[in-house]
Amino acid sequence: MPADATQDAVISQDAVSEGTASVGPLTRRRFLTYVVAAPVLTVAASSVIAPGTAHAVVPSPPQPGDLVDLGDVILAVTKQNQDLFVLEVTPENRVVFRVPRAEVGQGITTAAAIMVAEEIDARLVDVDVPLEDARQDLGTAQSTGGSSSVRSLWDPVRSIAAEARARLVTAAAERWDVPADSLTTRDTAVWAPDGRSATYGSLTEAAAQVDEPAVSTDPKSASEYRLIGTATTRIDARSIVTGAAKYALDVDVEGALPTVVIRPPTLKGKVQAYDASAALNMPGVVAVTELPSGVAVSAKTFGQALKAGSAVEVTWGAGTVDGVSDEDIESRLTAAIPPMTPAPPLTQKLDATFSFAFVNHAPMEVGSAVADVQSDSATVWVASKSPNGAQSAVANAVGLSVDQVTLHVMRAGGSFGRRIYHEPAVEAARVSKAIGHPVKLMWTRNDDMRHGRVRPRSHHQLRAVHLAGEVLSYEHRASCVELDLGSGTGQALIDAGYVSPTIGAAFFNISQVCPYNFGVVTESLNEVSYDMPTATWRSVYSAQARTAEEILVDEIAKALGKNPVEMRRTFLKTDKARAVLDKVASEGNWGRAMLPGTAQGVALHGEYRSIAACLVEIDCRGSNPRVTKAVMALDVGLQVNPSGVRAQAMGAVIDGISTVLLAGNHLDNGAFKEGSFSDFKYARQADAPLTCDVHLVGGTGEPGGVGELSVPAAAGAVANAYARATGKKPRNFPINF
Amino acid sequence: MPSYTFKLNGENIKVDAPADMPLLWVLRDLLGVTGPKYGCGVGVCRACTCHVNGSAVQVCMLTAADVVGKRVTTIEGLAADGDLHPVQEAWLEEDVAQCGFCQPGQIMQAAALLNSNRNPSDADIDQIMNVCRCGTYCRIRKAIKSAASTM
Repeated sequence: MPADATQDAVISQDAVSEGTASVGPLTRRRFLTYVVAAPVLTVAASSVIAPGTAHAVVPSPPQPGDLVDLGDVILAVTKQNQDLFVLEVTPENRVVFRVPRAEVGQGITTAAAIMVAEEIDARLVDVDVPLEDARQDLGTAQSTGGSSSVRSLWDPVRSIAAEARARLVTAAAERWDVPADSLTTRDTAVWAPDGRSATYGSLTEAAAQVDEPAVSTDPKSASEYRLIGTATTRIDARSIVTGAAKYALDVDVEGALPTVVIRPPTLKGKVQAYDASAALNMPGVVAVTELPSGVAVSAKTFGQALKAGSAVEVTWGAGTVDGVSDEDIESRLTAAIPPMTPAPPLTQKLDATFSFAFVNHAPMEVGSAVADVQSDSATVWVASKSPNGAQSAVANAVGLSVDQVTLHVMRAGGSFGRRIYHEPAVEAARVSKAIGHPVKLMWTRNDDMRHGRVRPRSHHQLRAVHLAGEVLSYEHRASCVELDLGSGTGQALIDAGYVSPTIGAAFFNISQVCPYNFGVVTESLNEVSYDMPTATWRSVYSAQARTAEEILVDEIAKALGKNPVEMRRTFLKTDKARAVLDKVASEGNWGRAMLPGTAQGVALHGEYRSIAACLVEIDCRGSNPRVTKAVMALDVGLQVNPSGVRAQAMGAVIDGISTVLLAGNHLDNGAFKEGSFSDFKYARQADAPLTCDVHLVGGTGEPGGVGELSVPAAAGAVANAYARATGKKPRNFPINF
Repeated sequence: MPSYTFKLNGENIKVDAPADMPLLWVLRDLLGVTGPKYGCGVGVCRACTCHVNGSAVQVCMLTAADVVGKRVTTIEGLAADGDLHPVQEAWLEEDVAQCGFCQPGQIMQAAALLNSNRNPSDADIDQIMNVCRCGTYCRIRKAIKSAASTM
């Protein structure tokens, strides 16, 4: 009966140890499905350790990231023996799967609904995929990150849906007194050969009583798919285009007071004293509350709260990085790079040094949360990728136990890594407790830009040694401001034993793989500690490290007298990589004649068991370089929703353009200078390519990760195109900073 | 507190609001119309874009006094009699949205563009300044052209 659903989560420990100082007990997991006692059919899955099933992936090539990536880590530390994933069929004929993930625009609710509808044979419109409330028992299984959501839901969700389908068929067979294997399922109903049908809703109570399914509970084979693999419009698209989609601040919580926080002039500065007497006398103002992070003003409207905020007089204490600017950080980052290995005699070497500025996540929806804290309970509405972490943090902040805090996960207006953190939820809860009133708290865009989290500034020294057309060695020494990996991803890594020398360095080790046969490959990261708000940013270290590498590959190609595509074809380790490269080269008409000042650029990146290649054309003849065309090719294994996969790749192209050419944040005397999208120059329509074609190749096997995959490929392609169009070597990013 | 009358999504309304309150908060906090989003409050991200007398405006930069006697249309009022606007239809067809937060503003901007220019060129579309942090720009461009062909 239990579906023998196994996750591809393990890994040869010996092989992993080669590059990782501390490796935890990674073990292969599988999922058991079972029926939960309930009046209607409710099927759950829990993860169990499957003794004896641990077996190694072929440990070649022996770089840690090839053998275990973050998705594997998250899967491997998934808690055991809990109802991790629950599917219910209601008498109203709704198939309900509570998604233990955040929906931040990546489309996981649509993907989950497709998986459920496929396996249970429901109409997609009959599937409901509400976001699961925070559940402590889920642990890291409720975290969203590492481009792992489809990968981690793939087996358990198909298993519970297949189990439910088998029980519904069995219930219909018993009702009609016909052989179960004569029945079929489609359109959220069971069908008999004589044309009779019964909706799942009409069968759910009987199905809950079925002792043993009379038909197979195995998920379908790929050849039977009718939904998986078919491009499907987001299930929430209509609610988005009509304005009905609700984000945290759109929730109508009776009496919730709009609240903003007056924040310090420098990062993490503290309130020494404040005078709110003028603000308190202003129209609509209800309360002023001191917080660890600033002074909160609550009013009847945001308009009034914002206006009164500027009337609060605060004396600020020092921040944590006062007096520190980009150049100070850059010199410490440079000093943190160990000496490069000398090139052997008679060989030739190519050196390159890169630096990447801080980059804010800048999701369109600023930090926000609604909280209603009572004496013995609290309810919070927040978009969180780590909801049980947020729940714990709220409980701690207001002196309640975690089970007294209900935390509803709201859809997010973007994340890009930002919503692993949940400062607005904690602030809203503190204010609500202090003033005895529900509040809806919002960070302003200035707050988000100046006090929000950032991708850490990083510095990279690269050296390639070559002789007679062969690359003998390749060395990449990176340093960056210490990355706060947070309660979801960070905890998953800690739980798996990846803590040495720092969590960040361990993450770097498992995520960084050179896709080329460059002889002896050495890659390392040293983190430099500053007490400032950082967070993983889409693609994490790869966004900078792999971009730098792809630029160097073009420069090696030049030194070896090869063109960039030819160079990559020669040195790539896998045919899978060559296939995506060849696809963009052919679809993008690589090598076509281009006008002076314009050029093509190409790059690729593999991670999360997937690979992407990108080819762009750039026009650098005007004052602002414009990427005019982008062509991508991805092999992400099986595509649950090709439309969602394409969207992720297209968005990554815009991230590549933005971070390479335009958008970054200056640290100036302990404060970020940029305050809005007027000076944080994230790409707009006029910066975006006129066409962006995404080609999906491969498409078989299990799904790989998608969300972050394409950023380094796109960023590398943009930088390489810029270099070829201008003749300049891009070194510091963003280029127009 | 002064009161203001204007037409909101086809209905005449009267609202009491502080004279200097941005229209965005009048709509969201006083009238409960949450389609227009706050993204910056200074008119640069354009997530709050609505129509006033058919033209695209950033309601974070206006007050209620600015729209007295005028027609204010938010994303909630774009569909007429339950039929989606061709721009909304095109958005579904191209599966434009990702997180969706900027899309009410993007759609209102696109609809206003097509009101004044039934056949916008790429250069015309490049003039759209609405930020989309998910990077849906290429699908927005396609959707605008597709909507233009059906209007």
